[in-house]
Amino acid sequence: MNLSEKDVRYVADLANLRLSDEEVPRMSHDLGQILTHIEQLNALDTSNVEPMAQVLFDADETATLREDVPHKPLSNQEALANAVSSGAGYYKVPKVIDRA
Amino acid sequence: MSTPTSLASLTIGSVRAGLQKKEFSAKELTEAALQFAQAENPETNAYLTFSPERALSAAAKVDAEIAKGSPMGALAGVPLGVKDVIVTKGVRTTCGSRMLEKYIPPYDATAVTRLEDEGAIVIGKLNCDEFAMGSSNENSAYGPVRNPRALDRVPGGSSGGSAAAVAQGTACVTLGSDTGGSIRQPASFCGVVGVTPTYGRVSRYGLVAFASSLDHIGPFARNVEDCATVLHAMAGRDEQDSTSAFAPIDDYNALMKHPVKGLKLGLPTEYFEGLTSETGAVIEEAVKKLESLGCEIRKISLPHTKYALSCYYIIATAEASSNLARYDGVRYTMRAEGGGTLADMYRNTRGAGFGVEVKRRIMLGTYVLSAGYYDAYYKKAQQVRTLIARDFTDAFKDLDGILAPVSPFPAFKIGEKVDDPLSMYLSDIYTLTGDLAGVPCMSVPCGESKDGLPIGLQIFAKHFDEATMFKVAYNYEQATTR
Repeated sequence: MNLSEKDVRYVADLANLRLSDEEVPRMSHDLGQILTHIEQLNALDTSNVEPMAQVLFDADETATLREDVPHKPLSNQEALANAVSSGAGYYKVPKVIDRA
Repeated sequence: MSTPTSLASLTIGSVRAGLQKKEFSAKELTEAALQFAQAENPETNAYLTFSPERALSAAAKVDAEIAKGSPMGALAGVPLGVKDVIVTKGVRTTCGSRMLEKYIPPYDATAVTRLEDEGAIVIGKLNCDEFAMGSSNENSAYGPVRNPRALDRVPGGSSGGSAAAVAQGTACVTLGSDTGGSIRQPASFCGVVGVTPTYGRVSRYGLVAFASSLDHIGPFARNVEDCATVLHAMAGRDEQDSTSAFAPIDDYNALMKHPVKGLKLGLPTEYFEGLTSETGAVIEEAVKKLESLGCEIRKISLPHTKYALSCYYIIATAEASSNLARYDGVRYTMRAEGGGTLADMYRNTRGAGFGVEVKRRIMLGTYVLSAGYYDAYYKKAQQVRTLIARDFTDAFKDLDGILAPVSPFPAFKIGEKVDDPLSMYLSDIYTLTGDLAGVPCMSVPCGESKDGLPIGLQIFAKHFDEATMFKVAYNYEQATTR
């Protein structure tokens, strides 16, 4: 299985990940190698097998419900404490659309 | 006061006895433990951050309780190191990443809170592979950890610092996390005990998410009893984690002391293919020892084992690509310079903040979830996961436990596999299945290679049957030490 450099750039875009020109061919090689290994799964017939998303245990359907007890949430100040840029109680980000 | 030698061999029991006999106070022990850990740390690079303020204030509480004559907590005064993917309020938590170099969490993980409620003293945060992605600790942005048993070798990963600190003696017990083997493999490489409990046994609240359906928090210690004590203290339902389990928590420390005679233990053929002959021979000896203690050993097959690596690297990276989307330059302390639009900022920040292995996994995870590939990769892997989990359910119909190696080989040299991701992933082939099936499993030291490198025996048990797993480990440990 090969992943072309064009594919790599497309996936990097989907992942919001800037890759350098040196990283792209390396990623193409490494991912190709891993995807080739993964192809072995095609040898297994799984047509009648339920997919497993989570380790599940028997419990009452309402088991995870809890009392709706009010509690103090994180303060605005605490929530913003690790922000790179904030002001007036909000996160600040660069402009979303460049109209230039 | 304790000498460094005795500090390096502290156990939960020896701390408790020392406090009870007033040989030292919690404050004195904490000061000595911090000083010792700080002095020894340059040898291994196990700790990334020390937390003296938090530690001393916790120690003062323990001393005050003792002075009042209140009953001591199960972990009173015990120096605890915490893997740096587990959040600690007010104490920097980096996840081994540049991305979180300055991140100060505003809350504590439930596991940490529960251990501190029992008197444990958090002395620092431990190095690990970036976001727990790796098998050698070489993917840390803060430098590799060296194996205390052979300083030119890796301690394993991703919880390399957690295993190394216990082996080096710079913590009495530590917390790690396991998604594909990240507790058991480093425990095996460093010659300490490491436990991956049943999925959901310990709350994941405050464990920075890598692959949520596979992530576990678990303990490291120098003996089986101490691991059981730590697990017992942090196990159980937590409203902050809807996947945490309601199942009752057994009295591990009492139950493990019962004899193993009559237990039926399986040896899966698939776990004895492709390992070094040295590791194979050491594991066989361990199996014989358990047989001599009265266990009934049966050859079994877990037929889908060979698909675990592929299955794991689809599911784990898919979940990771989603979980790590939050590191976008807005909320978490790092933003790349360079201006541009919001999208440019996201991309530049993530490109600069993540290391190569994390990028590789985000890329793989994004690819397998992308339009047109979901069924072929992600859904297929989830179906294969069902088959792997069913292998265990079927085997456990007639068995109490399963024995296997932890890793095909002992600790490798620093740099040896760093440029070959697939060969690095292969060091986890015997541990991935436990996480995929969600069964409890652990590594207990069982011997050494000719070069003196530790080798671990892996013990699997049924869901929530940690007691039987500990019983096998404890009986084996007692029969082989001293």
